[in-house]
Amino acid sequence: MRRYLILPLLIALFSLAGCAATLPQRGTGDLGVVIERATGSIQVVGTTNRTRLGQITGLGDLSHASVNYSRDERYAYVFGRDGGLTKVDLLEMRIVKRVIQSGNSIGGAISQDGRFVAASNYTPGGVRIFNAETLDLVADIPSADRAGKSSKVVGLVDAPGNRFVFSLFEAGEIWVADMSAPSGLAVTKFEHIGKDPYDAMITADGRYYLAGLFGEDGLALLDMWNMEAGVKRVLNGYGKGEQQLPVYKMPHLEGWAATGNELLVPAVGRHEVLVIGMNNWKEVGRIPVHGQPVFVVARPDNRQVWVNFALPHNDTVQVIDVPSRTIIKTLKPGKAVLHMEFTPRGEQVWISVRDEDRVEVYDTGTFAKIKELPASKPSGIFFTPRAHRTGL
Amino acid sequence: MLPSAARQTELLYFVRQDCGSCHGLRLEGGLGVPLTAAALKGKPAESLRDTILYGRSGTTMPPWNPFLTEAEAGWIVQMLQKGLP
Repeated sequence: MRRYLILPLLIALFSLAGCAATLPQRGTGDLGVVIERATGSIQVVGTTNRTRLGQITGLGDLSHASVNYSRDERYAYVFGRDGGLTKVDLLEMRIVKRVIQSGNSIGGAISQDGRFVAASNYTPGGVRIFNAETLDLVADIPSADRAGKSSKVVGLVDAPGNRFVFSLFEAGEIWVADMSAPSGLAVTKFEHIGKDPYDAMITADGRYYLAGLFGEDGLALLDMWNMEAGVKRVLNGYGKGEQQLPVYKMPHLEGWAATGNELLVPAVGRHEVLVIGMNNWKEVGRIPVHGQPVFVVARPDNRQVWVNFALPHNDTVQVIDVPSRTIIKTLKPGKAVLHMEFTPRGEQVWISVRDEDRVEVYDTGTFAKIKELPASKPSGIFFTPRAHRTGL
Repeated sequence: MLPSAARQTELLYFVRQDCGSCHGLRLEGGLGVPLTAAALKGKPAESLRDTILYGRSGTTMPPWNPFLTEAEAGWIVQMLQKGLP
Protein backbone atom coordinates (compact mmCIF):
# COMPACT_ATOMS: atom_id res chain seq x y z
CA MET A 1 0.00 0.00 0.00
CA ARG A 2 2.74 2.34 0.93
CA ARG A 3 4.24 2.31 -2.56
CA TYR A 4 1.08 3.70 -4.11
CA LEU A 5 1.22 6.73 -1.92
CA ILE A 6 4.61 7.89 -3.11
CA LEU A 7 3.60 9.04 -6.57
CA PRO A 8 0.87 11.48 -5.56
CA LEU A 9 3.19 12.82 -2.91
CA LEU A 10 5.93 13.43 -5.47
CA ILE A 11 3.51 15.18 -7.79
CA ALA A 12 2.39 17.38 -4.93
CA LEU A 13 6.00 18.23 -4.10
CA PHE A 14 6.80 19.14 -7.69
CA SER A 15 3.78 21.35 -8.08
CA LEU A 16 4.70 23.13 -4.85
CA ALA A 17 8.21 23.69 -6.14
CA GLY A 18 6.80 25.05 -9.40
CA CYS A 19 4.73 27.63 -7.57
CA ALA A 20 7.64 28.66 -5.37
CA ALA A 21 9.61 29.67 -8.43
CA THR A 22 6.97 32.23 -9.37
CA LEU A 23 5.04 33.43 -6.32
CA PRO A 24 4.94 31.51 -3.07
CA GLN A 25 1.48 30.16 -2.41
CA ARG A 26 0.90 30.87 1.23
CA GLY A 27 -1.15 32.91 3.59
CA THR A 28 0.35 35.81 5.51
CA GLY A 29 -1.50 35.63 8.82
CA ASP A 30 1.46 34.04 10.57
CA LEU A 31 4.09 36.40 9.18
CA GLY A 32 5.81 39.34 10.74
CA VAL A 33 8.66 41.79 10.50
CA VAL A 34 11.69 42.20 12.77
CA ILE A 35 13.40 45.58 12.50
CA GLU A 36 17.20 45.43 12.32
CA ARG A 37 17.71 49.01 13.28
CA ALA A 38 21.41 49.60 12.75
CA THR A 39 21.63 48.04 9.31
CA GLY A 40 18.46 49.54 7.88
CA SER A 41 17.11 46.10 7.12
CA ILE A 42 14.11 44.02 8.12
CA GLN A 43 13.63 40.31 8.48
CA VAL A 44 10.43 38.67 7.34
CA VAL A 45 9.62 35.95 9.86
CA GLY A 46 7.03 33.21 10.25
CA THR A 47 5.56 32.43 13.66
CA THR A 48 4.23 28.95 12.85
CA ASN A 49 7.68 27.39 12.46
CA ARG A 50 9.55 30.26 14.16
CA THR A 51 11.75 30.86 11.16
CA ARG A 52 13.41 33.66 9.28
CA LEU A 53 11.99 33.67 5.78
CA GLY A 54 14.05 36.46 4.30
CA GLN A 55 15.79 39.77 4.76
CA ILE A 56 15.11 43.03 2.96
CA THR A 57 17.70 45.79 2.96
CA GLY A 58 17.81 49.45 2.02
CA LEU A 59 15.21 50.89 4.37
CA GLY A 60 17.32 53.75 5.77
CA ASP A 61 17.63 54.79 9.42
CA LEU A 62 15.38 52.41 11.33
CA SER A 63 15.97 53.65 14.87
CA HIS A 64 12.51 53.85 16.39
CA ALA A 65 10.95 52.30 13.28
CA SER A 66 7.36 51.12 13.35
CA VAL A 67 5.22 49.02 11.05
CA ASN A 68 1.60 48.96 9.97
CA TYR A 69 -0.02 46.36 7.73
CA SER A 70 -2.41 46.46 4.80
CA ARG A 71 -5.72 44.82 5.62
CA ASP A 72 -4.90 41.85 3.39
CA GLU A 73 -1.78 41.33 5.54
CA ARG A 74 0.41 41.21 2.48
CA TYR A 75 2.11 44.59 2.64
CA ALA A 76 4.07 46.13 5.49
CA TYR A 77 4.42 49.90 5.74
CA VAL A 78 7.68 50.65 7.51
CA PHE A 79 8.14 54.11 9.00
CA GLY A 80 11.80 55.03 9.55
CA ARG A 81 13.40 57.71 11.64
CA ASP A 82 14.85 59.38 8.53
CA GLY A 83 11.36 60.14 7.23
CA GLY A 84 11.35 57.17 4.90
CA LEU A 85 8.08 55.35 4.29
CA THR A 86 8.65 51.96 2.68
CA LYS A 87 5.99 49.59 1.38
CA VAL A 88 7.21 46.00 1.51
CA ASP A 89 5.62 42.96 -0.13
CA LEU A 90 5.91 40.10 2.37
CA LEU A 91 5.25 37.42 -0.24
CA GLU A 92 7.66 38.61 -2.90
CA MET A 93 10.05 39.84 -0.19
CA ARG A 94 10.81 43.08 -1.91
CA ILE A 95 10.35 46.80 -1.57
CA VAL A 96 7.33 47.85 -3.63
CA LYS A 97 7.80 51.56 -3.14
CA ARG A 98 9.77 53.89 -0.92
CA VAL A 99 9.27 57.62 -0.41
CA ILE A 100 11.13 60.05 1.79
CA GLN A 101 8.14 61.84 3.20
CA SER A 102 9.80 64.16 5.72
CA GLY A 103 13.08 64.89 7.43
CA ASN A 104 12.45 63.04 10.65
CA SER A 105 9.59 60.71 11.40
CA ILE A 106 8.31 59.00 14.51
CA GLY A 107 5.44 56.72 13.61
CA GLY A 108 2.57 55.75 11.39
CA ALA A 109 -0.97 54.48 11.19
CA ILE A 110 -3.32 52.97 8.63
CA SER A 111 -6.94 54.07 8.23
CA GLN A 112 -9.93 51.93 9.12
CA ASP A 113 -10.76 51.34 5.45
CA GLY A 114 -7.14 50.60 4.60
CA ARG A 115 -6.98 53.29 1.92
CA PHE A 116 -4.69 55.72 3.72
CA VAL A 117 -1.45 55.52 5.63
CA ALA A 118 -0.41 58.44 7.80
CA ALA A 119 3.05 59.37 9.07
CA SER A 120 3.73 61.63 12.04
CA ASN A 121 6.82 63.77 11.90
CA TYR A 122 9.27 65.49 14.20
CA THR A 123 10.86 67.61 11.48
CA PRO A 124 9.27 69.64 10.05
CA GLY A 125 6.39 68.38 12.20
CA GLY A 126 2.89 67.59 11.05
CA VAL A 127 1.16 64.55 9.63
CA ARG A 128 1.27 63.45 6.04
CA ILE A 129 -1.35 61.13 4.63
CA PHE A 130 -0.66 58.87 1.67
CA ASN A 131 -2.61 56.66 -0.66
CA ALA A 132 -1.90 53.16 0.74
CA GLU A 133 -1.77 51.66 -2.73
CA THR A 134 0.57 54.11 -4.47
CA LEU A 135 2.10 56.10 -1.59
CA ASP A 136 1.06 59.28 -3.40
CA LEU A 137 0.58 62.21 -1.03
CA VAL A 138 -3.11 62.76 -0.29
CA ALA A 139 -3.02 65.34 2.50
CA ASP A 140 -0.47 67.36 4.41
CA ILE A 141 -1.40 68.61 7.88
CA PRO A 142 1.22 71.02 9.24
CA SER A 143 1.32 71.03 13.04
CA ALA A 144 1.43 74.78 13.51
CA ASP A 145 -0.38 76.00 16.60
CA ARG A 146 -2.28 79.29 16.86
CA ALA A 147 0.98 81.22 17.16
CA GLY A 148 2.28 79.53 14.02
CA LYS A 149 4.87 77.47 15.86
CA SER A 150 5.42 73.95 14.60
CA SER A 151 5.31 70.97 16.99
CA LYS A 152 6.69 67.47 16.91
CA VAL A 153 3.82 65.07 16.34
CA VAL A 154 3.55 61.98 18.54
CA GLY A 155 0.99 59.32 19.43
CA LEU A 156 -0.53 58.93 15.96
CA VAL A 157 -3.23 56.25 15.78
CA ASP A 158 -6.24 55.39 13.65
CA ALA A 159 -9.77 55.54 15.04
CA PRO A 160 -13.14 54.27 13.80
CA GLY A 161 -14.82 56.57 11.30
CA ASN A 162 -11.68 56.67 9.15
CA ARG A 163 -10.05 59.12 11.49
CA PHE A 164 -6.49 59.69 12.61
CA VAL A 165 -5.74 61.04 16.08
CA PHE A 166 -2.42 62.53 17.17
CA SER A 167 -0.76 64.82 19.72
CA LEU A 168 1.43 67.91 19.43
CA PHE A 169 4.38 67.72 21.82
CA GLU A 170 5.37 71.39 22.19
CA ALA A 171 1.91 72.91 21.73
CA GLY A 172 0.14 70.44 24.03
CA GLU A 173 -2.77 69.74 21.70
CA ILE A 174 -4.68 66.72 20.40
CA TRP A 175 -5.93 66.78 16.82
CA VAL A 176 -8.42 64.52 15.06
CA ALA A 177 -8.20 64.26 11.27
CA ASP A 178 -11.38 62.91 9.70
CA MET A 179 -10.76 61.33 6.30
CA SER A 180 -14.46 60.62 5.76
CA ALA A 181 -15.43 64.30 5.79
CA PRO A 182 -17.26 65.53 2.66
CA SER A 183 -14.32 67.83 1.91
CA GLY A 184 -11.97 64.84 2.09
CA LEU A 185 -10.36 66.01 5.33
CA ALA A 186 -11.58 67.86 8.41
CA VAL A 187 -9.34 68.53 11.40
CA THR A 188 -10.73 69.05 14.91
CA LYS A 189 -8.27 70.57 17.38
CA PHE A 190 -8.22 70.32 21.17
CA GLU A 191 -5.96 72.91 22.78
CA HIS A 192 -4.39 73.11 26.25
CA ILE A 193 -4.62 69.38 26.86
CA GLY A 194 -1.49 69.38 29.07
CA LYS A 195 2.24 69.93 28.92
CA ASP A 196 4.46 67.82 26.62
CA PRO A 197 2.33 64.88 25.49
CA TYR A 198 5.06 62.39 24.59
CA ASP A 199 3.09 59.43 23.29
CA ALA A 200 -0.47 58.18 23.21
CA MET A 201 -2.60 55.10 22.66
CA ILE A 202 -6.15 54.25 21.77
CA THR A 203 -8.05 51.41 23.42
CA ALA A 204 -8.66 48.37 21.21
CA ASP A 205 -12.33 49.30 20.78
CA GLY A 206 -11.23 52.65 19.36
CA ARG A 207 -13.10 54.60 22.01
CA TYR A 208 -10.56 56.17 24.35
CA TYR A 209 -7.50 58.09 23.21
CA LEU A 210 -5.02 58.66 26.04
CA ALA A 211 -1.92 60.81 25.85
CA GLY A 212 0.86 60.56 28.43
CA LEU A 213 2.21 63.91 29.64
CA PHE A 214 5.90 64.37 30.32
CA GLY A 215 5.70 67.96 31.51
CA GLU A 216 3.18 67.45 34.30
CA ASP A 217 1.10 64.95 36.20
CA GLY A 218 -1.69 63.03 34.62
CA LEU A 219 -2.98 61.84 31.30
CA ALA A 220 -5.10 63.56 28.68
CA LEU A 221 -8.21 61.56 27.76
CA LEU A 222 -10.41 62.00 24.70
CA ASP A 223 -13.59 59.95 24.44
CA MET A 224 -14.02 59.39 20.71
CA TRP A 225 -17.70 58.59 21.25
CA ASN A 226 -18.25 61.95 22.87
CA MET A 227 -15.78 64.38 21.40
CA GLU A 228 -18.03 67.33 22.31
CA ALA A 229 -17.08 66.75 25.95
CA GLY A 230 -13.51 67.69 25.04
CA VAL A 231 -10.24 66.43 26.46
CA LYS A 232 -10.26 65.63 30.17
CA ARG A 233 -7.34 65.35 32.53
CA VAL A 234 -7.28 62.08 34.40
CA LEU A 235 -5.06 60.43 36.95
CA ASN A 236 -3.45 63.52 38.35
CA GLY A 237 -0.92 61.62 40.41
CA TYR A 238 0.49 59.73 37.56
CA GLY A 239 3.65 60.55 35.71
CA LYS A 240 5.97 63.04 37.29
CA GLY A 241 5.96 64.15 40.89
CA GLU A 242 6.86 62.17 44.00
CA GLN A 243 10.44 60.93 43.82
CA GLN A 244 10.66 60.76 40.10
CA LEU A 245 13.85 59.23 38.74
CA PRO A 246 15.63 60.41 35.62
CA VAL A 247 13.91 58.91 32.57
CA TYR A 248 16.45 57.07 30.42
CA LYS A 249 13.96 55.85 27.91
CA MET A 250 10.53 57.27 27.29
CA PRO A 251 7.79 54.73 27.92
CA HIS A 252 5.88 53.58 24.88
CA LEU A 253 2.17 53.77 25.24
CA GLU A 254 1.19 51.79 22.20
CA GLY A 255 1.26 48.54 24.09
CA TRP A 256 -0.74 49.76 27.05
CA ALA A 257 -2.57 46.83 28.38
CA ALA A 258 -6.34 47.19 28.57
CA THR A 259 -7.55 44.18 30.48
CA GLY A 260 -11.30 44.45 30.45
CA ASN A 261 -12.11 47.18 32.94
CA GLU A 262 -8.57 48.04 33.92
CA LEU A 263 -5.66 49.65 32.16
CA LEU A 264 -2.07 48.81 33.11
CA VAL A 265 0.29 51.63 32.26
CA PRO A 266 3.99 52.38 32.72
CA ALA A 267 4.69 54.99 35.41
CA VAL A 268 7.04 57.64 34.05
CA GLY A 269 10.26 57.79 36.06
CA ARG A 270 9.19 55.19 38.61
CA HIS A 271 9.69 51.48 39.11
CA GLU A 272 5.99 50.85 38.93
CA VAL A 273 3.16 49.77 36.70
CA LEU A 274 -0.04 51.63 37.47
CA VAL A 275 -3.49 50.07 37.40
CA ILE A 276 -6.24 52.45 36.28
CA GLY A 277 -9.94 51.71 36.63
CA MET A 278 -11.61 52.46 33.31
CA ASN A 279 -15.01 53.19 34.84
CA ASN A 280 -13.81 56.30 36.69
CA TRP A 281 -10.22 56.72 35.39
CA LYS A 282 -8.80 56.63 38.91
CA GLU A 283 -5.73 54.79 40.06
CA VAL A 284 -6.76 51.52 41.67
CA GLY A 285 -3.35 50.01 42.30
CA ARG A 286 0.39 50.04 41.75
CA ILE A 287 2.59 47.09 40.99
CA PRO A 288 6.26 47.45 41.98
CA VAL A 289 8.51 46.22 39.16
CA HIS A 290 12.21 45.77 38.45
CA GLY A 291 12.89 49.13 36.77
CA GLN A 292 11.28 51.94 34.80
CA PRO A 293 8.80 50.24 32.47
CA VAL A 294 9.03 50.92 28.74
CA PHE A 295 6.49 48.53 27.20
CA VAL A 296 3.62 47.15 29.25
CA VAL A 297 1.82 44.75 26.94
CA ALA A 298 -1.03 42.33 27.54
CA ARG A 299 -1.04 38.81 26.21
CA PRO A 300 -4.00 38.56 23.81
CA ASP A 301 -6.14 36.84 26.47
CA ASN A 302 -5.33 39.71 28.92
CA ARG A 303 -4.43 37.32 31.70
CA GLN A 304 -0.72 38.21 31.66
CA VAL A 305 1.07 41.50 31.14
CA TRP A 306 4.71 41.53 30.05
CA VAL A 307 6.98 44.44 30.93
CA ASN A 308 10.42 45.51 29.75
CA PHE A 309 12.58 48.29 31.19
CA ALA A 310 14.76 51.32 30.57
CA LEU A 311 18.50 51.50 31.26
CA PRO A 312 20.10 50.23 33.43
CA HIS A 313 17.50 47.47 33.88
CA ASN A 314 17.00 46.69 30.22
CA ASP A 315 18.27 43.10 30.44
CA THR A 316 15.09 42.01 32.20
CA VAL A 317 11.49 41.12 31.38
CA GLN A 318 8.82 40.63 34.02
CA VAL A 319 5.46 38.94 33.76
CA ILE A 320 2.51 40.23 35.79
CA ASP A 321 -0.42 37.96 36.59
CA VAL A 322 -3.34 40.33 36.03
CA PRO A 323 -5.94 38.86 38.42
CA SER A 324 -3.54 38.88 41.41
CA ARG A 325 -1.43 41.87 40.22
CA THR A 326 1.73 40.01 41.17
CA ILE A 327 4.95 39.29 39.33
CA ILE A 328 4.95 35.61 38.47
CA LYS A 329 8.15 35.47 36.43
CA THR A 330 11.36 37.42 35.93
CA LEU A 331 13.36 36.61 32.82
CA LYS A 332 16.86 37.77 31.85
CA PRO A 333 16.96 37.50 28.06
CA GLY A 334 20.12 39.64 27.82
CA LYS A 335 21.30 43.20 27.40
CA ALA A 336 18.95 45.73 25.80
CA VAL A 337 15.57 44.06 25.55
CA LEU A 338 13.73 46.47 23.26
CA HIS A 339 10.40 44.95 22.30
CA MET A 340 7.96 42.09 22.82
CA GLU A 341 5.32 40.78 20.43
CA PHE A 342 2.83 37.99 21.03
CA THR A 343 1.80 35.39 18.49
CA PRO A 344 -1.80 35.97 17.36
CA ARG A 345 -3.39 33.99 20.19
CA GLY A 346 -0.61 34.53 22.68
CA GLU A 347 0.87 31.07 23.27
CA GLN A 348 4.30 32.48 22.53
CA VAL A 349 6.07 35.79 22.73
CA TRP A 350 8.98 37.05 20.64
CA ILE A 351 11.49 39.27 22.39
CA SER A 352 14.19 41.37 20.71
CA VAL A 353 17.52 41.54 22.55
CA ARG A 354 19.49 44.24 20.78
CA ASP A 355 22.96 43.86 22.26
CA GLU A 356 22.91 40.08 21.97
CA ASP A 357 21.96 40.33 18.28
CA ARG A 358 19.09 37.91 18.62
CA VAL A 359 15.37 37.42 18.96
CA GLU A 360 14.15 34.95 21.56
CA VAL A 361 10.87 33.07 21.53
CA TYR A 362 9.25 32.04 24.83
CA ASP A 363 6.31 29.85 25.74
CA THR A 364 3.98 32.10 27.75
CA GLY A 365 2.58 29.16 29.71
CA THR A 366 5.80 27.55 30.90
CA PHE A 367 8.15 30.55 30.32
CA ALA A 368 10.57 28.14 28.65
CA LYS A 369 12.76 29.57 25.91
CA ILE A 370 11.81 27.77 22.73
CA LYS A 371 14.12 29.30 20.20
CA GLU A 372 16.78 31.89 19.47
CA LEU A 373 16.95 33.56 16.08
CA PRO A 374 19.93 35.66 15.01
CA ALA A 375 19.16 39.26 14.06
CA SER A 376 21.35 42.32 13.71
CA LYS A 377 20.54 44.82 16.51
CA PRO A 378 16.85 43.89 16.52
CA SER A 379 14.34 46.43 17.83
CA GLY A 380 10.64 46.35 16.96
CA ILE A 381 8.81 43.09 16.19
CA PHE A 382 5.49 43.40 14.38
CA PHE A 383 3.20 40.52 13.43
CA THR A 384 0.57 40.78 10.70
CA PRO A 385 -2.55 40.37 12.93
CA ARG A 386 -1.97 44.04 13.77
CA ALA A 387 -3.63 44.64 10.38
CA HIS A 388 -7.00 44.03 11.99
CA ARG A 389 -6.52 45.90 15.24
CA THR A 390 -7.56 49.51 15.69
CA GLY A 391 -4.70 51.68 16.83
CA LEU A 392 -1.94 49.34 15.63
CA MET B 1 42.56 61.12 31.00
CA LEU B 2 41.35 59.29 27.91
CA PRO B 3 39.08 56.27 28.36
CA SER B 4 40.77 52.96 27.53
CA ALA B 5 40.43 51.62 24.01
CA ALA B 6 37.89 49.02 25.13
CA ARG B 7 35.88 51.63 26.99
CA GLN B 8 36.02 53.93 23.96
CA THR B 9 34.41 51.21 21.85
CA GLU B 10 31.73 50.77 24.52
CA LEU B 11 31.10 54.50 24.69
CA LEU B 12 30.75 54.88 20.93
CA TYR B 13 28.26 52.02 20.88
CA PHE B 14 26.40 53.60 23.79
CA VAL B 15 26.16 56.97 22.01
CA ARG B 16 24.91 55.42 18.76
CA GLN B 17 22.42 53.02 20.34
CA ASP B 18 21.24 54.58 23.58
CA CYS B 19 21.61 58.29 22.86
CA GLY B 20 20.33 57.31 19.41
CA SER B 21 16.98 56.29 20.93
CA CYS B 22 16.09 59.97 21.22
CA HIS B 23 18.69 61.68 19.01
CA GLY B 24 18.52 59.20 16.10
CA LEU B 25 21.01 56.48 15.16
CA ARG B 26 22.53 58.97 12.76
CA LEU B 27 22.33 61.62 15.48
CA GLU B 28 20.26 63.81 13.19
CA GLY B 29 17.71 64.42 15.92
CA GLY B 30 14.36 63.11 17.05
CA LEU B 31 12.73 63.83 20.38
CA GLY B 32 16.22 65.11 21.22
CA VAL B 33 18.13 67.73 19.24
CA PRO B 34 20.59 66.82 16.45
CA LEU B 35 24.08 65.89 17.71
CA THR B 36 25.94 66.00 14.40
CA ALA B 37 29.26 67.87 14.19
CA ALA B 38 27.52 70.62 12.21
CA ALA B 39 24.78 70.98 14.84
CA LEU B 40 27.29 71.21 17.70
CA LYS B 41 29.74 73.52 15.94
CA GLY B 42 30.84 76.44 18.07
CA LYS B 43 29.03 75.23 21.21
CA PRO B 44 31.16 75.31 24.36
CA ALA B 45 32.42 71.80 25.13
CA GLU B 46 32.11 72.25 28.87
CA SER B 47 28.40 73.07 28.81
CA LEU B 48 27.76 70.16 26.43
CA ARG B 49 29.59 67.88 28.86
CA ASP B 50 27.49 69.19 31.74
CA THR B 51 24.30 68.63 29.75
CA ILE B 52 25.31 64.98 29.32
CA LEU B 53 26.25 64.58 32.98
CA TYR B 54 23.44 66.50 34.64
CA GLY B 55 20.68 66.59 32.03
CA ARG B 56 18.53 69.57 31.24
CA SER B 57 15.66 70.30 33.55
CA GLY B 58 12.40 71.09 31.84
CA THR B 59 13.33 68.87 28.92
CA THR B 60 13.41 65.12 28.34
CA MET B 61 17.24 65.01 28.63
CA PRO B 62 18.16 62.96 31.73
CA PRO B 63 21.44 63.13 33.70
CA TRP B 64 23.84 60.42 32.59
CA ASN B 65 26.28 60.74 35.49
CA PRO B 66 25.28 57.36 36.94
CA PHE B 67 26.73 55.79 33.80
CA LEU B 68 29.55 58.14 32.77
CA THR B 69 32.49 59.83 34.44
CA GLU B 70 33.28 63.47 33.75
CA ALA B 71 36.23 62.44 31.59
CA GLU B 72 34.09 60.03 29.60
CA ALA B 73 31.41 62.64 28.99
CA GLY B 74 34.11 65.08 27.92
CA TRP B 75 35.53 62.53 25.51
CA ILE B 76 32.05 61.92 24.05
CA VAL B 77 31.66 65.66 23.45
CA GLN B 78 35.03 65.72 21.65
CA MET B 79 33.97 62.82 19.46
CA LEU B 80 30.59 64.36 18.70
CA GLN B 81 32.13 67.69 17.78
CA LYS B 82 34.57 65.95 15.45
CA GLY B 83 31.81 63.80 14.02
CA LEU B 84 31.23 60.30 15.38
CA PRO B 85 33.19 57.60 13.50
